Order: sequence, then structure tokens, then C-alpha cells
Amino acid sequence: MSIANTPILSLVTFLPLVGALLIMLMAGGDDEAGRRNSRWIALWTTIITFAVSLPIWVYFDKANPGFQFVEDREWLGPLHYKMGVDGISMLFVILTTFLMPLCILASWESIDRRVKEYMIAFLILETMMIGVFTALDMVLFYLFFEAGLIPMFLIIGVWGGQRRVYASFKFFLYTLLGSVLMLLAIMAMYWHAGTTDIPTLIDKASFPRDMQWWLWLAFFASFAVKMPMWPVHTWLPDAHVEAPTAGSVILAGILLKMGGYGFLRFSMPMFPLASQEFATLVFVMSVVAIVYTSLVALAQEDVKKLIAYSSVAHMGFVTMGIFTFNQQGVDGAIFQMLSHGIVSAALFLCVGVVYDRMHTREIAAYGGLVQRMPIYAFCFMVFTMANVGLPGTSGFVGEFLTLLGAFKVNSSVAFFATFGVILSAGYALFLYQRMIFGVLDKPSLKAIADMGPREIAILAPLVVLTIYLGVQPAPILDVTGPAVKKLVGQYETAIRTKAAELKK
Amino acid sequence: MMQFLNSIAPMWPELVVAVGALVLTLWGVFRPDNDREAEVVSWLAILVLGVAGWLILSQPAAGSSLFGGAFIDDGFGRFMKILALGASAAAILLSIDDFRDHKVLKFEYPVLILLATAGMMMMISAGDLLSLYLGLELQSLSLYVVAAFRRDDVRSSEAGLKYFVLGALSSGMLLYGASLVYGFTGATSFAQIAQVAKGANAMANVGLVFGLVFLLVGIAFKISAVPFHMWTPDVYQGAPTPVTAFFSAAPKVAAIALLVRVVTSAFPGIAGQWQQIVAFLAIASMLLGAFAAIGQTNIKRLLAYSSIANVGFALVPLVTNTKEGVQGVLIYMAIYVVMTLGAFACVIAMRREEGSVEEIDELAGLAERNGPMAAALAALMFSLAGIPPLAGFWAKFYAFMPAIKSGYYILSVIGVLASVVGAYYYLRIVKVMYFDKPAKAFLPVRVKVGFVISVSAIFVLLFVIAPSPLVNAASTAAASFRY
Repeated sequence: MSIANTPILSLVTFLPLVGALLIMLMAGGDDEAGRRNSRWIALWTTIITFAVSLPIWVYFDKANPGFQFVEDREWLGPLHYKMGVDGISMLFVILTTFLMPLCILASWESIDRRVKEYMIAFLILETMMIGVFTALDMVLFYLFFEAGLIPMFLIIGVWGGQRRVYASFKFFLYTLLGSVLMLLAIMAMYWHAGTTDIPTLIDKASFPRDMQWWLWLAFFASFAVKMPMWPVHTWLPDAHVEAPTAGSVILAGILLKMGGYGFLRFSMPMFPLASQEFATLVFVMSVVAIVYTSLVALAQEDVKKLIAYSSVAHMGFVTMGIFTFNQQGVDGAIFQMLSHGIVSAALFLCVGVVYDRMHTREIAAYGGLVQRMPIYAFCFMVFTMANVGLPGTSGFVGEFLTLLGAFKVNSSVAFFATFGVILSAGYALFLYQRMIFGVLDKPSLKAIADMGPREIAILAPLVVLTIYLGVQPAPILDVTGPAVKKLVGQYETAIRTKAAELKK
Repeated sequence: MMQFLNSIAPMWPELVVAVGALVLTLWGVFRPDNDREAEVVSWLAILVLGVAGWLILSQPAAGSSLFGGAFIDDGFGRFMKILALGASAAAILLSIDDFRDHKVLKFEYPVLILLATAGMMMMISAGDLLSLYLGLELQSLSLYVVAAFRRDDVRSSEAGLKYFVLGALSSGMLLYGASLVYGFTGATSFAQIAQVAKGANAMANVGLVFGLVFLLVGIAFKISAVPFHMWTPDVYQGAPTPVTAFFSAAPKVAAIALLVRVVTSAFPGIAGQWQQIVAFLAIASMLLGAFAAIGQTNIKRLLAYSSIANVGFALVPLVTNTKEGVQGVLIYMAIYVVMTLGAFACVIAMRREEGSVEEIDELAGLAERNGPMAAALAALMFSLAGIPPLAGFWAKFYAFMPAIKSGYYILSVIGVLASVVGAYYYLRIVKVMYFDKPAKAFLPVRVKVGFVISVSAIFVLLFVIAPSPLVNAASTAAASFRY
């Protein structure tokens, strides 16, 4: 059995679900033994899933810009169960499987009630997230895209903070509202093109300009909320603040990437004409997001809220990069998403470390942590620098490439967006200074302990990756390059064809 | 004799149910009046429904008609009848233990359900205004009685009375409409009406349109579509919970089937006239069902508004007047029936030593007290909200597909937005069960109720793995109509 005919994507997608079933059936009740079983089964499931997902990267043919590891089965008439990855989606699958064991570890001690249900929710969520990136049928994609709301709703609502109910409802209803319009658009596309097969739609379908306009808007409603773009970003700070640490990690690390992925998978290749027309709108929204949310981040008193707003700003670079429609911009956007997936996840994990000790997210409650927690201070510094986009960290590559792409298209957009880089240095360093440096004079902090082996084990791989990708971005860019080249090429062809038609 | 019986073979299922009801009446009268005997009658009634279901499935696929087209047996009718029979059987199953608790376990209940079911089957198969009305009245009269089945309970009696008064009014309107249609077309059979009611003349024939409107008003009462829904929350709340479960499932199926058959086989020629009425009913029901449920604290009232909204969604595909539209209605009703029966089964399971409770807050923290029941109810709620991959999503998917195909974009957008509003109140039940501090535990779920809950929860959860059988069956059934 060679790798070519192993249904490896289905395996990776549904392994976590099998783990969830195991916990459901075998872990036992909500006593000490049941909790321990749940934790271990969840950890092993996610580790095995990660291990199984690695061959996807190893055997991935970098020269091939199309879909690989494709599985296609009959499912429901014209709807097929079709899976596959290309250079755009493959790394998101790996990112998901990579972050999940860390999330389970991060919840090891901080979640001490209803552990069984927690682990089940996380494993189901993992299946849904991987499915989003591997689905090659629009309805299948929608299924995974929406189904992920259910476990996340429960994770925020059951294990969240004070205003968890408000945050979970806001998260759910905001995202649902955006998505239902996309569903209608998917139906309209089906009736027009006669298929829901994503590769076919990318390569062959051409929707009339007016139809593209509406379809683009419907998809935009969904992805802009998911991204989230200003001004529909307000659910994100609430959700982040109230979610448990691992929930924030997944939210920032993976769920936010679905919007950007959607733009690359649907909006740009399927509605190129509308994408071109709306690019200015997206640029304006991105620049506002970058500058405005960076300023808002400066004023935050709550660590998680600050990082949440900085996420919105970083996502602004992503949308800007995608809508430049050139190789640098799109490559940069994907890189930025992956890097942000690592860095913001790591930042939330860092917040989790001190939150578990102090049970407060107030920045003012901390100060001088470097005196007692040198290892923590080092890790936090690496991620802060990456968040700022310091050269040598992964944060730099993405921001630089997107700005480069934007400069090619519209120099004023690039000009204003660059302020985001300066402002991010402002809020990130200000945060670091307030929490880590200074005199340790708060009595509650006198006895705070540095990170234990479990916490080091969680953050160490992230530190290594952040720096490695900063100096050696090639492994990522080599994978995304050919697929992005094809994407950009198709886009330009579509625009040229239309221009030629108009000339006639 | 045999020859006669063979000649009415398409009607055997109806005959089995009707004769079964009569035989069980006699049986009940001549046996001692106690709980055990009543339970035996209940099981026999379920058996009768099962036999009728088996007879329906063994009918020839081609379909046929009897009595000059007054009774039609076709794929569409068979699909809907199986649904109605299943829902009736589940309603009897749910009633046994609950009625014993409330000391109203009587043999009359399964008999009345059988009579109502016979009426429903007649409604579904009716191909003539007269057989339509006979079926409808047989069903309705039985329903009025079961609504007031807990006769010592004020709310139950009130529900029965209210249902009777408004139901009688709606039957009157329907009859008035039918007589107008007869007066202006000179025919009562759907096929003959269709021949007369077509072309520009018919579109401009005020009398005919008037009749159509009254006919639709009468049916809208029966399916509780807005603005003829006012009785629904009160009756649903007042009637005994197993009866409410029955009301929300089987009679809805029958009345929707009736509506589909009337508009598609009697009035295809003046589709433009009824399409706008159905579109209005759909929009109004979806919106009112979504918004009015938000403020409810009683779970039966909430589910009543939910059923109003669901009828609205089921009408969306009908508006298109296409084969896909009928398929959408069939799929929607099939999935809806399973969901609503499961949800009401959970309400029946909400009982403590001091009796049954109906407030949503009583569900607080159910996830910690009874995990499986909370998970099942949560799955049903997410499904009713239309969240994929649960069955409720597919119901909405096939409801909006034909609407988008035929270009009803505004209708579809309003529909999906209403479903987001609706999601709010379904989520609220999940929130109470999962996020809130636990209230006092319920008594253990009884086997029969637990069975219905499990079956419906498993159905909504696993439907996504093999949706084709239902979708294909609905497609075959929808082919019964000519477009």
C-alpha cells in the first residue's frame, strides 16, 4: 500500500473523532480516574493525528500546483465526499494537528471539571477544522465550516470566564449570520455551474460579472466575520477574553485562518472580476483594521484583549496581502497566517501560564516577572518580538511580503499599513515592559514559580519554530509558491479575458 | 367479496386502520377498565399502524386511483402516509407511561389516534374536495377530543375547547372555499378543477380565486401558518405533552400533504395566484416563529413557536411550484417529524417526584445530572437550528435549494436570516442545560420515552453519513406530480 492510495486525509480528519468516541465510551465517569483517562486518550489521539499528518508534508509534491492526495467518493447525488490538499491548504492541516497536542497539554491542569466533555469537544473541533482545509466539495466544506461552531460554542460557554454566556452567543450568532448567506451563494453556484466540486469550479466555471458580484458579497459576509475584519471584529475580543486558554489558542491559531483560506480558495479564483472590483474596499477595511485596532490595543488593560486586538490588526495584513493578487502579497498572506497561528497561539499560551497562577488577566496585576520567572520572560520576549515583526522572527517575513505586494499595487495602502508595524511595536513592547520588567513589588507575585517542565515542553517547540521560520522561510514558501503562482496566473487570465471582451 | 376487496386494494391501509380502530373500541369496552388493559390496546394500536405501514410499502409503485379519482394512491401519498403512521405510533408509545402517571391511561386514546390517523391518510390521498373534507373532519374531531384528554385539568379542557372553536371556524372557511371553487368550476375532483382553472380567464376569475383563498386559509389554520397560528401556543401548552407531540407531527404532515396536493393537482393553472399566498405564509411564519419564541419561558410554548417557524420553512420550497420543490417539502417534513418527536419526548422526560415540569429553567445543568439526555436534546436543538452536519441542516438545505433555483432570492435571504434568529432560542436551551448551575435532578428516563429520544438523536446525528435513501425516496415520491 503506497501513500498514493491511502486515504490519508480522511484518516487525519477523522482520527480525532475516533478519539472522542473512545473517551465517550471508555474514559469512565467524572472522577479522578475518568479525568486522567480522558486527558491521556486526548493527548495520544492528538499526537498520533499529528504523526499521521506528517507524511502529507513529506510526500507532498512541491512542484505540483494542483490538488494532491485526492479522495473522491459518491455521497449524495451531485455532492461528493471529496478531499484533497494543495500548497495553500496543506500547511494549515499540519498547523492544526501541530497545535492540538499543545492545547491538550495546556488544559492539563487548568481544566479540572467536566474534563471528559472538554476533551470530546476539542477532538470534535479538531476534526471539523482539518475538514475545512481538506474538503474539496463546497457543501462538504460548509459542513465542516459550520459544524466547528458547536464545540467552540460549548468550550467558551462551559469552561469560559465571567461573561462566557454573552461571548459564546455572540461568537455563534455572528459567525452563523455570515455563513448562511454563503450557503445560499453555494446553492446559486450549484445551479449555475451544475457542480459543487471545488477544483472544477476553480478551473472551469466562469460566472457572469453581475452574479460574481453578489456571490462575492455573500462569501465576503462569511469570511469577513470569520477573519475577522473591521468592523465585524467585535466578537473576537469577547470570545478570546472569555475562552479558556486552549480555546483562545485554537481561535487565534486556526479558526481565524479559515476566513483567509476562504478568500484564497473561493473568492479570488471563482469570482476574479468581483474580487478585482472590491479590492479597494478590502484595502480600506484592512488599513483601518491595522491602524485602528492597533491603537485600540494600546489602550487595553486586559492581556488577552490586547492580544485579541493585535490579532485583528495582523489579519488586516493578511486580507491586504491576498487582495494585492500578486505572488509576494499572497505568499506573504499565507505566511502571515501560519506565523500568526504559531505566534498568537504561543502568546495566549504564555498568558495561560501566568493566568493559571494568578487567575487574573489584568496587566496591572503583574510586573517584574523577570525577577522570578526568567525562562518565562525569555519565551514571552521571543513571541513579543515575533508579534512586532522583528526581522529574524517569523512575524517579519509575512508582514514584509504583504507590504511588498501592496507597494506594487498601491503605494498609499502600503504606506498607511506600515504604521501598523510601528504601532504593534508600541503596544507589544509596552505590554512586555508592564508585565515582565520593573520592580517586583506586588506581594501576590513574591512566590510565583517559573514554568514547569510541562509548560516548557509546550512553549519550546513554538520558540524554535518562530525563530527557524524567521531565518529560513523557504520550507513554507516552497510549498505555497507553485499553488499561489497558479492562483495568481488564473486570476490574471480572467481579468485579461474580460478586458479583451470589453475592448471588442 | 374477494373481488371487491381486490378492487379496492389501494385503500387497504386506510381500511386496516379504520377497522382496527373499531375492533379496538369493542375490545376496550368488553375488557376490564384498568391500566394494564389500556396499555395492551395501545400496543395493539401500534401493531395496527405497523400493519398499515407494511401494506403501504407493498403497494405497486405505479400508483392508482379509486372512486372516480376521489382517492389517489401514489408515491407522494405513500411517503407522507408512512410519516404520519410513524408519528402516530410514536405518539402512542410516548403516551403510555405519561398517561399512567397522570391517571388518564384509557383505551380511548389509542383508538382516537387511530381514527385521526385514518382521517389523515384520507386527507393525504384525497383527490376530490369531498373526500378531502371528510378526511379532514375525521382527523379534526378526533384531535379536539385528545387535546382535552386530561379532562380534570383546566388547561387541557381549555386547550380542547379553543382548538375546537378555532378548528371549526377554519373547517367552515375551507368548506366555504370548496363550495366557491365548485360553484365557479363546476367540479369537485382536482383533475377536473385543474382542467377548468387555467389560462388567463381563470386567473381573472374573482370567484375562483376567492374560493382558492378561503381553501388556503382553512388549510393554513390546520398547519398553523401565520397569521392563522394563534391557537397553536395555547393548545400546545394546554394539551397533555404526548398529545402535543402528536399535534406537532402527524397532523402537520397530513395538512402539508393536503396543501401540496391541492395546489399542485387542482390549481396548477393559476399557480401565480397561490404562489404569492404561500410565499406570504412562509415568510410570516418563519419570522413570527423566530421572533415570538425568544421571550418564551415554557418549553412547550417555545416548541409551539418553533413548529410555526418550521412550517414556514417547509412552505418555502412549495412556493417554487416545481418537482424539486415538492421533494424539498417531503424531505423537510420527514426530518422535522423526527426532530419534533424527539424534542417533545425530552419534554415528557422532564419529570420529578412532584410531577412534570415545563419551564426551560428546570433544565438547568442537565448536562451534569443526565449527560446522555442533555446531549440528545442539544443535538436536537442544534438540528432544529439548522446547524450542519445535523439532519436539520439538510432539511433547510433541500428547502432553499429549489427556491434559489427558481430565483426566489429575497424569500431565501429572509428565510436564512430568520433561521439565525431562531438559532438564538434553540441555543438558549443548550445554554441552560450546559452552562447553568444544576437544578434538581429529574427522575430516570423511562424506556419507551428514552427509545424515542435515542432514535431521533441518532437519526439527526448520523443522517449525514447516508442521506441518499431519504433524498432519493423523496425524489421518487415527488415524481408523482406532473409539471
